[in-house]
Amino acid sequence: MGTTPAPVSPINSGDTAWVLTSAALVLAMTAPGLALFYGGMVRRKNVLSMLMQCFMCLSIVSVLWVVYGYSLAFGHSKGFWVPYIGGFDWAMLRGMDPTPMNVNTDYAPTIPHQAYMIFQCMFAVITPALVIGSFAERVKFSAWVWFTVLWLTFAYCPIAHMVWASDGLAGHNWGALDFAGGTVVHMNAGIAGLATALYLGKRIGTDKPGMHNVPFVMIGASLLWFGWFGFNAGSAVESHDGLATSAFVVTNTATAAAAISWAACEWIFAGAPTLVGACSGAVAGLVAITPASGFVNVGGSLWIGLLVSVFCYCMVAFVKPKLGYDDTLDAFGVHYIGGLWGALATGLFAVKAINSAGSGVFDGNPGQFMIQVKACLLTTVYTFTVTLIICFIIDKTIGMRASAEDEVIGIDLSQHHERAYTILD
Amino acid sequence: MKLVIAIVQPYKLEDVKQELYAANVNLITVSEVLGHGRQVGVDEYYRGVKETGNLLRKVQLEIAVNEDFVEPTIKAIIKGARTGKIGDGKIFVLDLPRCIRIRTGEEGSKAIG
Repeated sequence: MGTTPAPVSPINSGDTAWVLTSAALVLAMTAPGLALFYGGMVRRKNVLSMLMQCFMCLSIVSVLWVVYGYSLAFGHSKGFWVPYIGGFDWAMLRGMDPTPMNVNTDYAPTIPHQAYMIFQCMFAVITPALVIGSFAERVKFSAWVWFTVLWLTFAYCPIAHMVWASDGLAGHNWGALDFAGGTVVHMNAGIAGLATALYLGKRIGTDKPGMHNVPFVMIGASLLWFGWFGFNAGSAVESHDGLATSAFVVTNTATAAAAISWAACEWIFAGAPTLVGACSGAVAGLVAITPASGFVNVGGSLWIGLLVSVFCYCMVAFVKPKLGYDDTLDAFGVHYIGGLWGALATGLFAVKAINSAGSGVFDGNPGQFMIQVKACLLTTVYTFTVTLIICFIIDKTIGMRASAEDEVIGIDLSQHHERAYTILD
Repeated sequence: MKLVIAIVQPYKLEDVKQELYAANVNLITVSEVLGHGRQVGVDEYYRGVKETGNLLRKVQLEIAVNEDFVEPTIKAIIKGARTGKIGDGKIFVLDLPRCIRIRTGEEGSKAIG
């Protein structure tokens, strides 16, 4: 009498350990990385608003993600909707119990399904948090909560599905490459930021970042660099065949090159290299290498890093002042422009030798560049439109912008009844 | 000689400075202060317990001027700082018996500016 042998679990402990660690690293990117990076850049009276929005973004999105967000982004819908959005098949993590055989063979066949889910959760957390830089210092907290909930549901989840899902429009059907979120996270957040900045208008009395605590900016940028290894190298969702390591290496290289490049731009055009500039360059480099991190070699990463700072510096230092919109902390100037360059550069520099799934123009695949352009256009137009609609709905119901008195007193005191720094003792 | 003390909204400081420079008043001292007039502050809460805050940040300028500069200085400050809302600030004009330039030891109107 023969018995069927018990199935062997596909779960690899090294892969799982790395992905869970990466999820924690990406959490650190939002809180306190981005929180301090943005917090240091606003005026003293608004620092808590940046910290609070990052912290609550982590909290709110974490809950929504397990309830319906993961399912909406990576699950399955029917018929017409399939390429555009997921379904509710995995709502409340139904069907995702932690048993030895329960893996998601489409995305991460060697780790528990929930590990992939919680890793993706942290991407969903940081994306709306990036947008807060554009409307800093002038938004009501209640309006911000609604913005985050609606934007996650109607902008992030559809784009994540279209670019990353195994039946998604841009990723699967068109063949667009986005290893860790250049399109899904950075271009997405950046164009949303521009939409909110244009809708809300300028702050009262200023059009520059307050820069009240530059050491915070550096601490935040360093935590972002540290955590981003989880963002990029973790997106390999494995640690046993070298791709995660390669992504780690090119991430570090591109970021370093970008920091140097921005400092050089400042030295040449503005007279002296600044710490804020070097940190901004590093962040721009991190943004640009994100979509390319699992597809390019170290040569490509150097080009990506060196050039992203030139593009973003020109945007922030020359174009933005001329056009006069108040994208307060440059979510558009750094995340959109950096993400756009990264997405297009992926189409140029991707090599099969690094990842058989991706081949770019310089690797003998000239069509990849136009595919990247298509995906960028899709994200830009879709999210810009949806974001404007969300702003309009919130503004006409509860009002989006803080009152003039509240803005002058400061968001911290007016929205949170809290002061960041004691004054007399 | 007079000492003009002005308390203005912090976000109007830049405008006030530009108006003063335009009126040829170039020597000023600026400090951060707390206070309130009729503009109401905000109570602060920490873990559910109310602390009375209520003091707002303001900026104080001190400008020593010769007699003929008093009115232009006042006009410039008002032009830069006025928004029409409660909280615009106040100007005080004090008598200034002596003024000395440390570098050269000059006294009086010459030392003022």
